[in-house]
Amino acid sequence: MKMAKIKKKIKTIRVKADKCNGCRACEIVCSGFHASPKYDVINPARSRIQILTHRLQNIFFPVFAGEYTPAECMGREIYVIDEKEYEECAFCRATCPSRDLFKEPDSCLPLRCDMCEDDPPQKEPLCVQVCLNDVLTYEEREEEVEEEENVNLVEVGLRSLIDKHGFDTLVDTMVRMAEKG
Amino acid sequence: MRYTETGYNLEIDLATGNIEKVETDPSLLETHLGGLGTSVKLHWDRVPPETKPFDPENLLVFSAGLFCGTPAFSANRTIISTISPQTNLLAYPMMGGFLAAELKQAGYDKVIFKNKSPKLVYIYINNDKVEIRDASHLKGKGAVETQELIRAELNEPRAQVSAIGLAGENRCFVASIEQSRSSASRGGAGAIMGDKNVKAIAVRGTKDLYLARGVEFMEIMQGVRDYYKYRNENPIPQVMTILSGIGSPQEMYHTDEKWHTESFAWGNARERRKNFWTKEIEEGWTDLQLKTVKRLISCYNCPQQCGGVINYPGVDPYMMKCFSKLTYAMAAWVDNLDFSFKICKDAFEYGVDSFSTPQILAFAVELYEAGIFTDKDFEGCPSDNEGRFFWLLEKLARREGIGDYLADGTYWAARRIAADRNDPRALEYDHNTTKKHEQMNIKLGMMDPLYFLMYGTNEKISITQIEGNWPQAPFPDKQDRIDFVKDWPQLPDEKFKKYFIDWEPRGEMANPYYPTAEIASEIVDWMEQVHNIDDALGMCSGLSGFCLKPPYHVHVYPKLISAATGVDIDEAGLKKIVNRNRNLHRAFNILRGMRRKDERPPEDHWKKRFPEIEEHLLDVYYKFKGWNNDGIPTKERFHELDLDYVYEELKKRGMYEDGQD
Repeated sequence: MKMAKIKKKIKTIRVKADKCNGCRACEIVCSGFHASPKYDVINPARSRIQILTHRLQNIFFPVFAGEYTPAECMGREIYVIDEKEYEECAFCRATCPSRDLFKEPDSCLPLRCDMCEDDPPQKEPLCVQVCLNDVLTYEEREEEVEEEENVNLVEVGLRSLIDKHGFDTLVDTMVRMAEKG
Repeated sequence: MRYTETGYNLEIDLATGNIEKVETDPSLLETHLGGLGTSVKLHWDRVPPETKPFDPENLLVFSAGLFCGTPAFSANRTIISTISPQTNLLAYPMMGGFLAAELKQAGYDKVIFKNKSPKLVYIYINNDKVEIRDASHLKGKGAVETQELIRAELNEPRAQVSAIGLAGENRCFVASIEQSRSSASRGGAGAIMGDKNVKAIAVRGTKDLYLARGVEFMEIMQGVRDYYKYRNENPIPQVMTILSGIGSPQEMYHTDEKWHTESFAWGNARERRKNFWTKEIEEGWTDLQLKTVKRLISCYNCPQQCGGVINYPGVDPYMMKCFSKLTYAMAAWVDNLDFSFKICKDAFEYGVDSFSTPQILAFAVELYEAGIFTDKDFEGCPSDNEGRFFWLLEKLARREGIGDYLADGTYWAARRIAADRNDPRALEYDHNTTKKHEQMNIKLGMMDPLYFLMYGTNEKISITQIEGNWPQAPFPDKQDRIDFVKDWPQLPDEKFKKYFIDWEPRGEMANPYYPTAEIASEIVDWMEQVHNIDDALGMCSGLSGFCLKPPYHVHVYPKLISAATGVDIDEAGLKKIVNRNRNLHRAFNILRGMRRKDERPPEDHWKKRFPEIEEHLLDVYYKFKGWNNDGIPTKERFHELDLDYVYEELKKRGMYEDGQD
């Protein structure tokens, strides 16, 4: 099946980590903007951007919250960049079981950067607005991507089972499971 | 619901190990705001005047400012208050860094220590979990090193830690409390922390802090931020580079040190070197600084970058800020900046005040050169200027040999040495203290009314935390003065513009005759007031009281406070609160013996002194402030500030001679 090409707006934040002075203004404003009512609650632990900081090692590294993942990954490598050591995790945006980063401190529910798209719409994310040292720069570009077909994921899974085991086997199994409760 | 403040203090009795989370009186926000204001109230209520600095009853209070933890940028001060071992008065050294906001997020406005721990401990505050932990393995460790060790031990890289070094453990009167890139230095709070056997405080907080009207607060902050940007893009043209911008002096950024090195006094605050800044020095220093400062860094929620990460060959990385870059080199008469980058690491690890300590070391050198200290006292000391300072610094921090004198600061050292050696000449070398505290190493020509009052009378006893909003000197060209006042929204009143335009470098409208005592009182009162607001809010004075035309000022603060706290406070109301705080602080010091006789800048601060004008200045200023002729707030003044109970206490304790209230 041939997919149609569509234009999609891609939003990115360019991070010039070498310019970061570790002030954490981005964390503060992020937590306030996503609070309800807005700015009535401040808590950097709820921020969707976190500055990884090792001051004496001259490491000041902003990371944004990304996808939730239910499992740890295998990444344990150490990267040495400009004579500074980073754990692989330092670059990772995932909310994962191996660390408490990007989780609501009370409920542990995952946090994810939404580019401040919720109400009211912002011309650029709040962290970018408050960073007066130009560490964070907001960029938009358009890309042509293949249009995604809306598919029923359950149907996709069942079809793969029918393909493998046959329709009758699948029905018998479903009936037996239903009887067992 | 409490807004902007958490509404809780942590009370720790170090003798028993009892820890309590205590809800505070909500009405104190309206009467004393927070930070220094509410801390002064605590000391007043709980510490009787008989208490000596090293008595168990002397409280050591770590306080976040009211605005710490809010989105108000540069509100990051931890205000530490305690009776100073050096001055015997209520000191309040402050530090930036990251501790104050973390404390608020952990759910506390203040940590109050009373009594003494039987063994060396550190405190770990992790939200509601508070532990007193053994610190015997940290004994003797550096103040910077300790912060890293504790973070590693707790496996909590995001904990903010403040610690003392060897100087604090040894109760040196100039001991600081270090934290991240900042230190609380003035007045020896580190010695009290050491005396209480507390090596460090580590804090991790992940709780919410509430604002009453968050959106309104952010709208006002937008205006403040726009002005901040404007000021960064528009340095003030009429003054030298270091004074032209905002933030605390950008010592890690600016390499041009002509002004500091030629205008400030070298050695034990003795001599200016008017032709020091040669092309060769400039090139050498600039090259080294650019190589050594690896990154400019800031405190919590501050866009300015007053600190630097220092990587100097052979020295473990550390952080530096402000004038410490120059104080040791200048005091030691060392012309290379390498020395600064080396000795500051030692000084910060020992944990000592970078203003007082270099002068004390230079004082020791002078006593040696005068023959008051002997070869035996200096046995093992290298003979070169650099080596001598490293040696003396270590002696001071360890209180070894003559270091035991030096650790008490120049005032007390001079007196003890004079008595022990039966040599009164030692007293002459204590020439740069006010109220027993070392002052800025500045020696000038003509007595300046504004600085006379600020040096002499302020509770801070440290000029950089008093001065700032008014230019240090008149501009020679009248047109420059006219241009300067055109855009000056920070002024409390339009009439100040005329004061500045009229102020000439020479003649009748110049120091020491102008500003007149009446005008000087108004200007000084305003500058002090801004600092007192900053100290209650935990605002870095670099963005407010300490620089020219700052983003925060008396007109914007009430709006921010009202939106943040939900308590509507106007300009007059805010002025009254900080006046209440200041007068309560003064009353506390009055009960401890401070009087008019103590309110004097160092005798040699200016070459030309005018005893009659100076007495007149004090007379007028005291009257302006509502103080009697001995500098004690009057019954009426206390009444205006709702402090009748303070008046009663002073009267009961016989502070007023007949009819002097």
